Amino acid sequence: MSDVSEPLKRVVLVDDHQMFRTGVKAELGGAVEIVGEAGDVDEAVTVIKAVRPDVVLLDVHLPGGGGIEVLRRLHGAVPSRFLALSVSDAAEDVIGVVRGGARGYVTKTISGPELTDAIERVAGGDAVFSPRLAGFVLDAFAASDVPAVDPELDQITQRERDVLRLIARGYAYKEIAKELFISVKTVETHVSSVLRKLQLSNRHELSRWAAARRLV
Amino acid sequence: MAGAATVNEAVPSAPRLERRRDGRLVAGVCRGLADNLGIQVLFVRAAFVLLTVASGIGFAVYIAFWVLTPRQPAGAAPARSRWAARDWAQLAAYIAVTCGLAALPWGTRVAQVWLWPFVVGGVGAAILWQQADRDQRQRWVVPLRQRWLRSLLGLLLVVGGIGGFVVRNVDAGQAREVVIAMLIILTGVAVIVTPWLVRLWQDLEAERHERIRSQERAELAAHVHDSVLHTLTLIQRNAADPREVQRLARSQERTLRTWLYQPRADPDQTFAPAIKRIAGEVEDDHGVPIEVVCVGDTELDERLGSALQAAREAMVNAAKYAGAPSVSVYAEVEGDTVEIFVRDRGKGFDLEQVPGDRMGVRGSIIGRMERNGGKATVRTAPGEGTEVRLEIGKS
Repeated sequence: MSDVSEPLKRVVLVDDHQMFRTGVKAELGGAVEIVGEAGDVDEAVTVIKAVRPDVVLLDVHLPGGGGIEVLRRLHGAVPSRFLALSVSDAAEDVIGVVRGGARGYVTKTISGPELTDAIERVAGGDAVFSPRLAGFVLDAFAASDVPAVDPELDQITQRERDVLRLIARGYAYKEIAKELFISVKTVETHVSSVLRKLQLSNRHELSRWAAARRLV
Repeated sequence: MAGAATVNEAVPSAPRLERRRDGRLVAGVCRGLADNLGIQVLFVRAAFVLLTVASGIGFAVYIAFWVLTPRQPAGAAPARSRWAARDWAQLAAYIAVTCGLAALPWGTRVAQVWLWPFVVGGVGAAILWQQADRDQRQRWVVPLRQRWLRSLLGLLLVVGGIGGFVVRNVDAGQAREVVIAMLIILTGVAVIVTPWLVRLWQDLEAERHERIRSQERAELAAHVHDSVLHTLTLIQRNAADPREVQRLARSQERTLRTWLYQPRADPDQTFAPAIKRIAGEVEDDHGVPIEVVCVGDTELDERLGSALQAAREAMVNAAKYAGAPSVSVYAEVEGDTVEIFVRDRGKGFDLEQVPGDRMGVRGSIIGRMERNGGKATVRTAPGEGTEVRLEIGKS
């Protein structure tokens, strides 16, 4: 954000690899303000409680119980929003951490500007879906024979499906808006709605993933 | 007491004689003494048992200690919660052995000769039992409870056999006492010995697990050596060429991921692993990262095979000519329809300007799809990037 009047987003970096934290800091440059760092679950909880950042960049695999444990312990305690980062594409990692409360998921291969953009988006209350996460959601919400228990939560609308498909195809929000003749804001609304369903739905596929991460 | 006093003088920091709160069976006298003397509590207990059986003096001494020795102050004990509860199985075993030994003099000489090996064996087993911690004992006792029927049957057979032998060798009047004494001792010994056998078996089991684990480790080491270390060496040798370094790293990453997370997917059988493999091959050949997202999966057939060929061509074009930093591939299987999108944010091109003899787009992609009853759409414009959309039904 080049807008001078808007203060830089305050970010805490949680990752057990010092080298990776250094790299991310260098990549983010002056685009955000890194106000704290942590290398394990206990440290993360302490630091986040102390500095109450806008956004926490949270590694999925952490000593002491993983990113999920951090989310669980801080549940409702801080106003911070969480963006999960991982090297892994494993579905249960992605779904697990999003259901744990993260507002987005990106892989560690993400470029600096993309990461900055994702942080801004999460700080603003939006969801950040990587193409792969969109793919998982489409998989999980694919039409199945199992009737939805709660249609409001257990199914995604055709429009949401269209948006997810474009995300999976590698489209940016702006490109999606152009493609579907809707505003970027509407795209964001759709994605946030999908995030909510992803977090609250009890669809079998999601429950299975959640069970695999002992989230139930 | 004298011994305790000497120890106290010699080592000022040695603990004061007091009855222990934790790890006690009756009042904590024996454990307190054992701690104070620095010997195994089992020996102290055995001494008390023998003294009690011999003349009853052990019992009197125990009571004297109970009355005279101060109790360890609460909270002074190190927090060893697993000792907090009294170990009733141990207590029962000691009582059984005591009663059995006490009953022996009333039996016959014959019985005594037969029983001594049991007593000796029992004491040996008790030492082993003693060395195991309580948690382990809990684990041993639980399976024993589950197999109580077999244990009971075994016990009956043993007692019946020995009893029958004794009855034939001694006259009826003595037999009853002997059998009773034997029963009591056997019970005590059984409580002590069986866990030892279980432990032996469990140790063997643990060893077997350890061996399997070390085999797995060796396999992992071999894999890391063959692939990861090899790639790292190549990366060092190509350090000056960032494109090559990236290609090597991506390729290794893909291999590792497949090895770690998707060991069962067979790219010759189903669609999703097949398109991932193709993307990997194109990536290796052209050094441009290709991100694949695949939703759903299905069996491969001839038409899907040709769609995959067309997709490969689209990926090659994107990697070769687009000049984009990466290529996105999205594939979706929905019912009998398969859709593949290959997209780049590169320079794009004017479809009309492609000469008719260029096989790439027209022949290998559009033509191939149409021949197989599918459809190919190319969306592109100079500066806008390119997206190739392939759609085909399963045959």
